[in-house]
Amino acid sequence: MSGSAIAGWRVANARRMLASLAASGALVTCFAADIATGPAMLSPAAVLRSLAGMASDPMLDAIVWSLRLPIAMMAVVVGAALGISGAVMQTILNNPLASSYTLGISAGAGFGAALAILFGAALPVPQAWSVPIAAFVFAGVACSLVAGVGRMRHATPELLVLAGIACLFLFQALLSLLQFLASPEALQQIVFWLFGSLQRSSSAKVAIVGVVLTVVLPVLLTDAWRLTALQLGDERAGALGVRVGSLRLRAFVAVSLLTGAAVAFVGTIGFIGLVAPHVARMLVGEDQRHLLPASALFGALLLSAASVVSKLIIPGTVFPIGIVTALIGVPFFGWLIAMSGRRS
Amino acid sequence: MTVALRNVSVLYGKRRAVSDVTLSLAAGEVLAVVGPNGSGKSSLLRAIAGLIAHGGTIDRGHAAVGYMPQDHAIRAALTAFEIVLLGRLRSLSFRVGEKDLAAAQAAMRELGIEALSGRRIGELSGGQRQLVFMAQVLAGDPTVLLLDEPTGALDIAHQLQVLALLREVTRQRHLTTLVVLHDLNAAARHADRVALLDGGRLVETGCPAGVLRPDLLRLAFGVETAVMTGPDGHLVVVPLGVCG
Repeated sequence: MSGSAIAGWRVANARRMLASLAASGALVTCFAADIATGPAMLSPAAVLRSLAGMASDPMLDAIVWSLRLPIAMMAVVVGAALGISGAVMQTILNNPLASSYTLGISAGAGFGAALAILFGAALPVPQAWSVPIAAFVFAGVACSLVAGVGRMRHATPELLVLAGIACLFLFQALLSLLQFLASPEALQQIVFWLFGSLQRSSSAKVAIVGVVLTVVLPVLLTDAWRLTALQLGDERAGALGVRVGSLRLRAFVAVSLLTGAAVAFVGTIGFIGLVAPHVARMLVGEDQRHLLPASALFGALLLSAASVVSKLIIPGTVFPIGIVTALIGVPFFGWLIAMSGRRS
Repeated sequence: MTVALRNVSVLYGKRRAVSDVTLSLAAGEVLAVVGPNGSGKSSLLRAIAGLIAHGGTIDRGHAAVGYMPQDHAIRAALTAFEIVLLGRLRSLSFRVGEKDLAAAQAAMRELGIEALSGRRIGELSGGQRQLVFMAQVLAGDPTVLLLDEPTGALDIAHQLQVLALLREVTRQRHLTTLVVLHDLNAAARHADRVALLDGGRLVETGCPAGVLRPDLLRLAFGVETAVMTGPDGHLVVVPLGVCG
């Protein structure tokens, strides 16, 4: 029996790595399918030719390189950002229903976007950038409201969840107010933004989300063991040497950056942040060194798959992705709940 | 390792949970803290663990304090081994070192629960869970061990097992152990010394026979008791009725 507990743990870790590897494989497949499909009905061979730089048709190159590639990459980076932020929220709030969507951070971003759509003309920034900037800023404002409650003495995770729900209602009400005041044209823009769409992607926007992701994930991973300990409850984590308050604050900043960057460019996309961490948790457990990267992978995979589906529903058109993720997400979430119910 | 408390008090807002407690703990002994609900037992433990602010002085020397709070269900999808490994949190790095792995495994072996290592914490019984958390605390190589009602929800077999192990570990590792117990008979059987708290104040401290006396128990709990010697020489406290 020598070394059996350690050996067992190593085997479990190897199995987790394998699950993540399989998810990476599925992601690559989805990513390829995302580039191969679209309203322009290109043949996979033509797409491959263009990717390899061997296409002679500038129109084909423009579709593949300026439209499809940024959209497919955006699905991956935004999905990953939402997956990680959902996992972190669920961990720091000790609540499986927490995500940046259910706790009002996306609603904050939506309010910011609507504000910029209505009043952006007064700003010295083009609307293509004022909307994402305002969305990013207000995601941060929403996050600070919730985190501010967390700085109160005796703030429990339950109190933070309530603060998040209050934040959701607050920004939804403010958003409704703006929609009520908006002109029909502006209202249409706001509603379309809220649907969520990958169609506004560009390589610059992909790069911004990508940079946020590559900076924030490694920083979060340095806190991986402390985040894992936090799941034993605040008191046990404190007894193990975790400074719970400052860890939560750091995590909130990370969530704010990730969610803000993700929704700023694509609008509110629900369910990825809720579902991806659950799938990841079922497969790799709750050691955050595995859970955070796996949540990123599954978030990317889900959004990439949703992007493919959004193009297949009505051939020739692209369905708003936010609607697709919610439509796929709800039954999928129900299935997850049924599975976890059966296991326990 | 000795720990000395002088005039320790704990305030929650205006409510005084612990008042003026002076107490010293010696290495190699188990001190049981008993008292009615709300008498300040858990607050005293948290103050010694350094988790809450307190008045007075607590001299821990260079002790490494291991604190095990009251049990509650854990939803986390972590395995028993991962929970024990978290006891090494202060030295854990992203790539887990051999020393930390060995310490976690050794603590599980010491308590005879290595077979549980791959099981998820949510699948374990209350008794098994308590042993896993005890292993977690031991994996951190503490010199002072503080446990808050480790036998709260356990049946008598698991109570005996956990407390006997606690006593054995205290002797073998020469720990300074302070354990909050509700069951006076468990305190009489497993502790070297008993401290009786009431309303945040220390009523009496000493060997079980000197503290678990009908007059002091009436004072603290408001209950008439008969205290006798059991067949194996340990004290037995029998509650007779609430004082009129």
